[in-house]
Amino acid sequence: MQTFLGLDYTTCWFLVFGAVISGYAILDGFDLGAGSLHLFLKKEQSRRIAMNAIGPIWDGNEVWLVIGGGALFAGFPVAYAAIFSAFYVPFMVFLVGLIFRAVSIEFRSKEPWPWWRKSWDIVYCVASIIISLSLGLMLGNVVEGLPLDEHQEFAGSWLSFFNPFAILVAITTLALFMMHGAIFLTMKTENRLFVKLHVLANNFIVFFVVSFVITTLYTLLYIPHLSDFFKGHPVYFIIPLLMTLSIANIPRQVKLGKYRYAFISSAVTIALLLIMVALEVFPYLLYSPLRPENSITIYSAASSARTMHILLIMALVGTPLVGLYTSFVFWTFKGKVKLDEMSY
Amino acid sequence: MDVEILARVQFAFTIGFHYIYPPLSIGLGLMLVILEGLYLRTGNRIYEMAVRFWIRIFALIFGIGVATGIIMEFEFGTNWATYSKYVGDIFGSALAAEGIFAFALESGFLGILIFGWNRVGPRVHFFSTIMVFFGSLFSAVWIVVANSWQQTPAGFHIVGEGLNARAEITDFWAMVFNPSSVDRMLHVWVGAILAGAFMVLSVNAWYLLHKKHEEIARPTFKISLIVVTIFSLMQLFIGHRSADGVSRYQPAKLAAMEGHFDSSARADMYIFGYVDKKNETTSGIKIPGGLSFLVHGDFQAPIQGLRAFKPEDRPSQVNSVFQFYHLMVAAGVAMIGLSLLGCWLWWRKKLFEYRWLLWVYALSVLLPQLANQAGWFTAEMGRQPWVVYGLLRTSDALSRAVTANQIIFSLILFTIVYIVLFALFLFLLNRKIQHGPVDYGTKEDIESGARRDNPLLEHEPAGGQ
Repeated sequence: MQTFLGLDYTTCWFLVFGAVISGYAILDGFDLGAGSLHLFLKKEQSRRIAMNAIGPIWDGNEVWLVIGGGALFAGFPVAYAAIFSAFYVPFMVFLVGLIFRAVSIEFRSKEPWPWWRKSWDIVYCVASIIISLSLGLMLGNVVEGLPLDEHQEFAGSWLSFFNPFAILVAITTLALFMMHGAIFLTMKTENRLFVKLHVLANNFIVFFVVSFVITTLYTLLYIPHLSDFFKGHPVYFIIPLLMTLSIANIPRQVKLGKYRYAFISSAVTIALLLIMVALEVFPYLLYSPLRPENSITIYSAASSARTMHILLIMALVGTPLVGLYTSFVFWTFKGKVKLDEMSY
Repeated sequence: MDVEILARVQFAFTIGFHYIYPPLSIGLGLMLVILEGLYLRTGNRIYEMAVRFWIRIFALIFGIGVATGIIMEFEFGTNWATYSKYVGDIFGSALAAEGIFAFALESGFLGILIFGWNRVGPRVHFFSTIMVFFGSLFSAVWIVVANSWQQTPAGFHIVGEGLNARAEITDFWAMVFNPSSVDRMLHVWVGAILAGAFMVLSVNAWYLLHKKHEEIARPTFKISLIVVTIFSLMQLFIGHRSADGVSRYQPAKLAAMEGHFDSSARADMYIFGYVDKKNETTSGIKIPGGLSFLVHGDFQAPIQGLRAFKPEDRPSQVNSVFQFYHLMVAAGVAMIGLSLLGCWLWWRKKLFEYRWLLWVYALSVLLPQLANQAGWFTAEMGRQPWVVYGLLRTSDALSRAVTANQIIFSLILFTIVYIVLFALFLFLLNRKIQHGPVDYGTKEDIESGARRDNPLLEHEPAGGQ
């Protein structure tokens, strides 16, 4: 088995894939959060400012989803095929949500008529909420597992996706993004809008913590096998420990008025949450609860060693480049939003 | 209804709609680079106004391109799961490369291109425009490489058998530079540049017809005329190379393209015609032996006909492939004709004299659209019954877990969404064109607050909450 830094290539790619998904959640998470809370902002000017806060950067953030899809397709094609064909109906809804989120941002400002802008505001908000909920729903179902047949193809009905655990994960994801988005917007706004977002951020922190606690309790009580890894490797308790601290740090930093630290804590929380999920499911990509022998593991789903090698090189070369110019673009648009003739 | 037909129709529909936008983005990207370069070189504010106008059009088109493009990446998994498992090693790598190297680049710098005019210096902005253009060119590379691998597979071996068979990469660069990649890459790039350049040409022709923004429309029209002339002529030679590749690696497709059935006979080249599949005859206006000449340099040389292939190994929709191919060529010839005519009239100083011709130019934006779509339909329908030529059949590549009802649901969903989207696109595009280039004022004007000619701000209370 070929290795890189002591880990076999397949595990390496699992980590890379996880990192890409975390990156996507941290970056597009605040775009989706800003969108999901959009209708809480009532004034035309406030809505414009909130949209322009993410205007120059949301598209680049969304690319991480495309990179993630490519990473899954290339590295674990069996899982890519099984997951997307299994999630067919909800995934189509998710895709339509993505379409409308994208075009509502672009189209809204093109005409000045109030009815036009209000309509696109609703579309933008609803689309962002649908995307956030769908992501959580799919994650929840992947984590709990789906019925798979001996060809590792989905053997159930899509209605089973709406089970309690997946719904809880969906709601928690929405809450997480709304919190993350609200904190991001506090960094970009001033005066009364800023005050409003500070209040919203605190409310969403509560929303997130409550949904997170409920989801965690549900997991511990009803899906005990997810705790197996942590039981077997107690040193990894540090992850939930750090995560709790980072969550606790969010309201603390908001109270202190240090929104950048609150945002960083929120981003760290997202990363740690996904690390926990990765540890809970490893080495399964798609578990099959009734017939575990049909489950898809990273090894059964993996492409050839040569492809993994190429992919790892791509990741090593590509990531610093992307990091470089993304930082440049973010830096160009740092500070509070100022509307000009180029704005949405 | 048949799952295969539904899945194919859905894919054709979603990719066909998507394909309106990325070529326009690439072509307009080049035009932006040219216009902004001219602005920086000459300081002429005519070019500044043109650039800023086309940036807004670009943003609209790019946005829809992204929205419709994300669907495509996942549609391989949703509807073609068996295909995805078979080609993941190869096709997946190309898509991953497309994401991390190309999409990230163009989407990253897009923010500065659209929003950064007042935030960064002119050179940084120009650099961003170039990066967006390079990013879009580069994204085309990977997807064409991936599709070319489907057409002329190379650099791989097959492992496993039956349901578990998959292609595994043996040589990355052989895969990337498979026999058809380069020719098709150039063909797609030039097709995209023509799409954007003709759009600029059309819009400016329209302005001239209505005597609006003439100081901007005249020079911009001429610049786009130069671009379309160069590239439509280039496309003739590049297209020929692509077809040459088809004759060598996909003979059944070539036979379908010209409706050639009999392997012992020379092959004619049709100007236009009709293929009667049942009776295996093709009729129309033709150059006898024309195809034989193009392929072998000899009007009498025989070319493999459709009858050389078992019916299940050759494209079934022969007349469709024939018609799409000829539509593409006709559009290409029309583009060359219009370009050369324009150049000749320009030389005779009569370029803007004939109103009927300006109308033709105003409509010419449709020519590359027709050519690009028809060309792809030729390529993909001509590739049938294979999804990986000679290795995996389209009928074997479906998602087994997906039912016909699910596909009917998604197909109806996409149809409705895309019709709405297209209507909005045309509406907004038209409004932008009607509004025309805007003089935002010089930097001094803006800083002193003297001019805020922003259609959005006109309707806002001045400043504040």
